[in-house]
Amino acid sequence: MSLIATLAQLEAVRAGRARPAATVRHRHLSDRPLVFVPLTTAGEAGAPLGALVGTDRDAPRLLVVPQPRDRDLRFAFLAELADIVLPYVESYTEAVEAAERTETDPETGKRVKVEVDLCADAAQVIVPSRAGVDFVRLLGRSMRFRRTAEQDPETPHPAPPRVPLLGRWLTHYGERARVPGSSLLLAMTDLLGRHWATGQSTLEDQHLGALLAWIDPPEDAPSGAEAALRAELARDADGQLLCPPAGPATDPAFDNRLLAPAIERYDRARTALAAAEDGPAADQRLGALTAAEREIRALVASRTRPTWDAVWRGLDLLRELPAGAHVEERWTRDRWSFTGHRDRILAGEPPQPRRDDAVTAANKLATREREQARLDAQEALDDPLVMAGRRLAGEAFAGEVMDVVMTYSEGKRPAPRPLVTVRTEDRPRLGERVKVYRSLGGRPQSAEFVEQAAEDLVVLRIVDKMGRGKEPEAGSVPEKGDRVCFTLFEHEQRGGAKLPDPERTPWTHGGPPGERAAVPEAPDPLTEEDVL
Amino acid sequence: MDKTALAGALGAPSAFGQSQFAFMRGNAFEARVKGDGGTELLRLVHDRLDPGAEPPAEAPVPDLAAIGPEGRAARTALALREATGAAAWTLLDHPMLALDVAGSPAFLEPDAVVVHPDGSWTVVEIKSFPMLDGAADPAKVGAAARQAAVYVLALEEVAARLSPAPRVRDRVLLVCPRDFSNLPTASAVDVRKQRAVTRRQLDRLTRIEEIADALPEGTCFAPDRPAEELAAAVEAVPATYAPECLSACELAFHCRARSRAAGAVTTLGRSARAELGGLATVDQVLAAAHGEAGDPADPAVAALRRAAALRAEALDALETPCS
Repeated sequence: MSLIATLAQLEAVRAGRARPAATVRHRHLSDRPLVFVPLTTAGEAGAPLGALVGTDRDAPRLLVVPQPRDRDLRFAFLAELADIVLPYVESYTEAVEAAERTETDPETGKRVKVEVDLCADAAQVIVPSRAGVDFVRLLGRSMRFRRTAEQDPETPHPAPPRVPLLGRWLTHYGERARVPGSSLLLAMTDLLGRHWATGQSTLEDQHLGALLAWIDPPEDAPSGAEAALRAELARDADGQLLCPPAGPATDPAFDNRLLAPAIERYDRARTALAAAEDGPAADQRLGALTAAEREIRALVASRTRPTWDAVWRGLDLLRELPAGAHVEERWTRDRWSFTGHRDRILAGEPPQPRRDDAVTAANKLATREREQARLDAQEALDDPLVMAGRRLAGEAFAGEVMDVVMTYSEGKRPAPRPLVTVRTEDRPRLGERVKVYRSLGGRPQSAEFVEQAAEDLVVLRIVDKMGRGKEPEAGSVPEKGDRVCFTLFEHEQRGGAKLPDPERTPWTHGGPPGERAAVPEAPDPLTEEDVL
Repeated sequence: MDKTALAGALGAPSAFGQSQFAFMRGNAFEARVKGDGGTELLRLVHDRLDPGAEPPAEAPVPDLAAIGPEGRAARTALALREATGAAAWTLLDHPMLALDVAGSPAFLEPDAVVVHPDGSWTVVEIKSFPMLDGAADPAKVGAAARQAAVYVLALEEVAARLSPAPRVRDRVLLVCPRDFSNLPTASAVDVRKQRAVTRRQLDRLTRIEEIADALPEGTCFAPDRPAEELAAAVEAVPATYAPECLSACELAFHCRARSRAAGAVTTLGRSARAELGGLATVDQVLAAAHGEAGDPADPAVAALRRAAALRAEALDALETPCS
């Protein structure tokens, strides 16, 4: 963490309130995001307990699994979830705009431009915390290999029709969330932590309630620090946290004191109903079962609603910040990702494999590295506060132009190579002929370091973006008195060397996919007591 | 000492607790793994750690019941010695081991220890978090490896008393449910690094007698004492709070409150402390950053002033963004 970030935290400690860590919003926010607040059962891998989900902050849909160990109830939950999430996702798959993409022509092997569809917007899912992102990935994994009765009439426990499809979408969103700067699936704690510095450690910032209390303390709280402490620890007379954890894990005290007895009552009511011998008795026992189920629903709602409200409050706060200049560009990449997945599903491709093959894995890794570099550069260009961190680190410098001397390159057609002297108090790490860049109308202009004329005077030679003529185009060379900011990092990321096609993967890297890849992956084996 | 009760008495109760769902699931899984005389467990050990040995069949599971932890530890040591000479597979279910921690014995109970036909010993750790597509949560695996490393150290103490000393394998077996089922799967985890780290930490621990000697006469940690007295008693034992403590120690909330009240920079994380040089409190750092105190020749102070100036410039000059 940079010293500037630490300083912001210390200021927050003294002020008792969060301090800005960004001056613009660095992530895209949809006008109509889908908020998903899941809860899971302790100790079970991916056995959901319930969730609040929806796009309307005043009308979330509550989904509950009254007995998380019961496969049918879990399937009912997932089917309901699919009925909410899939229509939302699909509402973005129809509207498209024309776009161009370069593809290799399979016959000639040349790179040609192809006209393709690009979804005009994409579905955005917001979860409360990073653990929520992992849970989305886990749900995706647990669902995408399920077989429905239509796919496989023999399967002993067919999944509801749209559940495998939901699994594929959630898997895609979970994978995309690993790409730096992507906004298809976002965790609210990450979003808030990116834009504000609190007076607590990043570990404690994982608690959504505490984080929000630092940024936006309730009116009756003396300070954000105290509100955060209260959000973290305060319990009612019953021993229950006033601000339940954002999940998906629940508080053990809630599990032991409230949830376990309620589930036990539900189980008893179910057994009693099954044992009912005549109609009137069954009716009465059905009433008891419904009451028991209602009780569990109320419990789940009571633990998810505060988080739901906190997520929306966080969205309000983030929307007050103006979007960074490059946010839209990064969102376009998310739209490409969304469109690509839509096309793979439409083309009837099988679900994402359990393990990526060598080529896919290498591509994913390369993408993440490239996007991280892109994000670092773009955030700095969009936000002077981020740039300040880069300047402190010696990766950029800002200052005033003191002098411009016109010189020309040697050769047949001399081109302008103006020497610009910049006075800066920054201490950039410049060596001989180090390239530096500044943004000129959104495009990077390069210069070379010439000499350090004095401790605070840097001489640079501008080398491009000045037009073809002998005289540089108007506005393309800084003038005396201008404020300029140069970076030592590149503004746009070049892709690395291209990887070979999967069919040409060398044996050292796993070889071509071959016949093994042609066989669709088998569903997970089912066992009597398995969960999900 | 019961740190949970002490934390409660100090007014900063610990937030640890286990959900009964997790507890039940963990127990059910362990019972399943060890069921049927440990056949499945031994098969996994054979398969993952010692495929060259003869396959296990009908391995003895000695009874380790005894009175008190000392008795059980002695019983375990005896069973280990007998099994080591037997040249056959033996499963020790919940053995008891003693490890010297800062001068006082700590009793440990691994999930299982397996004696191989060649006389070597393996620690088995059974966890209920899933291994999904062959990979488990790295944080949880790391915690399990650190835990198993302590068992390896304790077993080595037992082994050192035998002659010839049997080998304690430095690869432990981690058994987890596979994917979303409760069928066991296992993976060999190399704990040499964790073992070395734990060994070093144990060697460096201040002896309990030394800590006790440094305490003022009459210091008492009984939770029924008044809170102020207890706070003073806890204060007498040196401790350096860092956010990592929150996930490990029952007293962390108490220490955090103290640390925050003292304005210690470490409450924000060890890395924050590391980059601030000799400045340890919030007030010191902010005074140095704003030019009210500190030696400008100190590189940490100079960097802080630079950072403060750059931050102020960026926040003030919102209307003229750097381009």
